[in-house]
Amino acid sequence: MNYTAPEREIMEYDVVVVGAGPAGLACALRLKQKREDLMVAVIEKGAEIGAHILSGAVIEPGPLNDLLPDWRDNPPPVCVDVTGDELWYLKKAGRTRLPTPPQQNNHGNVIVSLGALCQWLATHAENAGVDIFPGFAAADVRYREDGGVGGVIIGDMGVGIDGEPKDTYVQGIEIHAQVTVLAEGCRGHLSKRLIQKFKLDADSDPQTYGIGMKELWQLPEGRVQPGKVQHTMGWPLDKDIYGGSFIYHLDNDRLAIGFVCGLDYADPDFVPFEAFQQLKHHPMIRELLEGGEIVSSGARAITEGGYQSLPRVEMPGAVLIGDAAGTLNVPKIKGTHQAMKCGMVAADHIAEADAADGFDQCLRDSEVVAELHKVRNIRPGFQKGMWKGLVTAAIETLTGGRLKRTLTNHADHSALRRASEFEAPDRGWVERDLPPRDRLASVYFAATEHDEDQPIHLQITEPEVCTTRCGIEYGHPCTRFCPANVYEMVEETDGLRLQINASNCVHCKTCDIKDPYQVINWVTPEGASGPNYQNM
Amino acid sequence: MNKILIIAEHDGKTLSPSTAKCVSCAAAFGGDIDIAVLGQGTGDVAAQAASIAGVHAVIQIDAAHLEAPLSVNHANEIVALASGYSHLLGPSSTYGKDLMPRVAALLGANQVSDIMEVMGPYQMKRPVYAGNAIVNVTAPEDVTLVGTVRVASWPAASEGGGAEIRQAEPAAGPCTDSAWIGLESGGGERPDLQTAGIVVSGGRALGSKENFELIYALADQLGAGVGASRAAVDAGYVPNDMQVGQTGKIIAPDVYFAIGISGAIQHITGIKDAGTIVAINKDPDAPIFEIADIGLVGDLFNIVPELKSQLG
Amino acid sequence: MKILVGIKRVVDYNVRIRVKSDGSGIETDGVKMSINPFDEIALEEALRTKEAGKADEVIVFSAGDDACQQQLRTGLAMGADRAVQIQCDQPLQPLTAARAMLALAQREEAGLVILGKQAIDDDNNQTPQMLAALWGRPQATFASSVDLQDGKARVVREVDAGLETIEVNLPAVISVDLRLNEPRFVKLPEIMKAKRKPLEVIGLEELGVSVENNLAVSDYTPPPTRSKGIVVDDTGQLVSELKNRGLI
Repeated sequence: MNYTAPEREIMEYDVVVVGAGPAGLACALRLKQKREDLMVAVIEKGAEIGAHILSGAVIEPGPLNDLLPDWRDNPPPVCVDVTGDELWYLKKAGRTRLPTPPQQNNHGNVIVSLGALCQWLATHAENAGVDIFPGFAAADVRYREDGGVGGVIIGDMGVGIDGEPKDTYVQGIEIHAQVTVLAEGCRGHLSKRLIQKFKLDADSDPQTYGIGMKELWQLPEGRVQPGKVQHTMGWPLDKDIYGGSFIYHLDNDRLAIGFVCGLDYADPDFVPFEAFQQLKHHPMIRELLEGGEIVSSGARAITEGGYQSLPRVEMPGAVLIGDAAGTLNVPKIKGTHQAMKCGMVAADHIAEADAADGFDQCLRDSEVVAELHKVRNIRPGFQKGMWKGLVTAAIETLTGGRLKRTLTNHADHSALRRASEFEAPDRGWVERDLPPRDRLASVYFAATEHDEDQPIHLQITEPEVCTTRCGIEYGHPCTRFCPANVYEMVEETDGLRLQINASNCVHCKTCDIKDPYQVINWVTPEGASGPNYQNM
Repeated sequence: MNKILIIAEHDGKTLSPSTAKCVSCAAAFGGDIDIAVLGQGTGDVAAQAASIAGVHAVIQIDAAHLEAPLSVNHANEIVALASGYSHLLGPSSTYGKDLMPRVAALLGANQVSDIMEVMGPYQMKRPVYAGNAIVNVTAPEDVTLVGTVRVASWPAASEGGGAEIRQAEPAAGPCTDSAWIGLESGGGERPDLQTAGIVVSGGRALGSKENFELIYALADQLGAGVGASRAAVDAGYVPNDMQVGQTGKIIAPDVYFAIGISGAIQHITGIKDAGTIVAINKDPDAPIFEIADIGLVGDLFNIVPELKSQLG
Repeated sequence: MKILVGIKRVVDYNVRIRVKSDGSGIETDGVKMSINPFDEIALEEALRTKEAGKADEVIVFSAGDDACQQQLRTGLAMGADRAVQIQCDQPLQPLTAARAMLALAQREEAGLVILGKQAIDDDNNQTPQMLAALWGRPQATFASSVDLQDGKARVVREVDAGLETIEVNLPAVISVDLRLNEPRFVKLPEIMKAKRKPLEVIGLEELGVSVENNLAVSDYTPPPTRSKGIVVDDTGQLVSELKNRGLI
């Protein structure tokens, strides 16, 4: 080989955190609070802090009280005290109020925009001396000579779709660190690679996931009741699909509405995006939204596996925190407090040990895992449908998770049934007229942006599978589970061709998770690409 | 009463249609309308200006150093003419945009750019944020109002006027710090997507890079610029710099042909200021038809060649 | 020679603009803010000029409240040598902005001021021309190519009729168009270096300029939405329709 790429420039840190979400930022800030001498960097692929953050979000303020005791004097920009909880069971036209389960009691909690909260948290972290770099994607792992993780490699900028450098080419640098903290959120691409490499999931169940979609609405004056928290179950989902919606009333006539469904659904023809849009047309919700305007919309996968799916969270030189590890509490419908706490536990450990070693035990001894253990059987109970799930949930709640049983989780991609084996029930779905008209219109509200002239960041490892086996057996489910219309089968003279509209991608990772043949590999595009969420 | 001076745009021989559009805008303000013609040997241009209905007088300043449209020289002449006028208007073409702010600054006035509607002698509407919002602007009455006229918003004033043509001497000599070297017109090549009067765009329905030749051929026949939807760019049919829409170019041609383009909101954002939108698509439910002024449902592979032959 | 480059903090070009319901402006809450894209091109040109050995120093400046320091730091990270924030708590209309720029250009004895042709928020396209007029210097607007040689700038301008070439003696004001260059990506280590580069804050009044925003801007409204037109049956009807409307 005649050409040798120039040596990458190197920056040295004590700790590098990948991802400026609640886990990563809490970890970075806590590290500086404990040890001012530590050099801490946070890398974030979004163009700005918060640009790729999407959550409900009703949060428990506990970790904020620990991290920033005076936070209420100068709260994040969107922060509304919860005034009441409602849980509804929906039928196509009717509804029944259900008692709010104790896990979902939100007294004392606040409704926030997690994106805005992260921006606010990042300012605190920067003031504490953390170096935060939005717009830079950690594209690869840097390994030490002993094989341990020794930092990350930032993705090159200005590479063409053909893989060749363009005029604007800039080589990404290496960030070397004693400890690398992976806080990429659910199904982070480096986390995924490292879980496989170090077999971190050898002793746990497969991770399971859900897809969450959310829209922020600006409604006509007076309709919103600030602080009101509503959740729904039932319609438009089949009884054997786990999921439901959230409707959070913010201030200034803003309303957050979202929909989450488990990615262990069996119907290959199911379109999660369509289910969300259907939900909005239930009379109870439709009358709320009509005449309003969408401000922002987007989607993101979440981890649902909980306790039994929690992988080993340490490896030589690195740790996994937050949803990259899978600390979300599904029955509570909350992940932020767990993610932040997990980040803080990691920070305390790293500040003391100057190493990753020992973090796994440390986390398992913490209240983060205790909380997951208590509710471990509730989500798997729903694998047999909603009613059985509710019974399991009631038993597990009454016993506080003390029964000596642990139900198992199965990988979501294996849950899909072949098209020939599955007949979808009549869901009674309706003609829609609320915006967005379709997935493309929804992507517009995500303000997602990728330079088209860059390598396609959705790698298909075995392209022939798409047009042959997957097409025949499942009828190209990627064209349906993706909420951003990235995948299309295009008819051409010589047959079907998979068209990847990579620039539509909102970085939700659903494709990487749900594809039945696991041939889709999500890798990070050029830094600063992707959605530009506004107060999501 | 308003006294309005319009600065004519021309190439030395022919008056640009933008001048007659400025006259319509001036008429909306109301008052006496004069036109200044700066250049050399501009007798024909002055006569054309004088024939626009509603024009009171044409002031022609002929000088060698005014032949090239150098704003440093032109601005000095307009400033010298300005006293007595309440409004100075130029077109929002590159000529007017280059010249008018220089005039405004020399007069100590703010400028109102891209006037699209007149509500009163000192009250106008103009677009901001690439046309995503419209604002009202109220200018002070004790300062000369300098403005550029958004030509796409105004019809050309009709002919039939018979204004008096007055000659005037140049007030200043040439600026020695600027020299005009030359103009290379885009002749022969396809017009630029962003400034073309007609744009023909193709979408993913074209099916291949080769089939996109249909679009080029139609465009060349119409003397049009060529654009594309993001889907066509993503499919690799055309380079990214042809992309029209939110993540591409935002354009406002007089006529826009959307061929085989479904009309995703991202695309429509880029053409919402177009004069007339023509949509050709085989899917009658395509969203493009909801905003198209003229729609034609059918197979583009039949329609485009047919259209081309009927235009020929 | 010193080159001054103006940088305006604007709502990012990719953000969907929403008009506030009371018409007082557009929504900026939670909205991504960026350097005006034309200004980024202006800065790139200045940096390339310096890298070619034709300038000694590149100074970026912005007029605004402290928020604009974020964009100035980005300018420093791209490679500018130092930054000046002209402190003011309200947006300046072009004439005042040009007066402030003039004061700065004179203080710095700038040889060249490179500006974006317009800001993508107010779309005025005035300030560079106004600065040139107040400075009594030539202007070369809408540049798509700039060549500096012996105290002159030969500039190719993108005009409606094609590409116009003019030559101006320095000092001069150049305003840049989209095709002049493609701005560089910021390198991560440069962000750290930029934190240590000088950023001066100076009040508008210290430059001897008072705010004279005498255009009242009000009643923001969304543009009218397009509505459905007619559907024709065949190409013949389409052609006659286009002809009747005088479009072809």
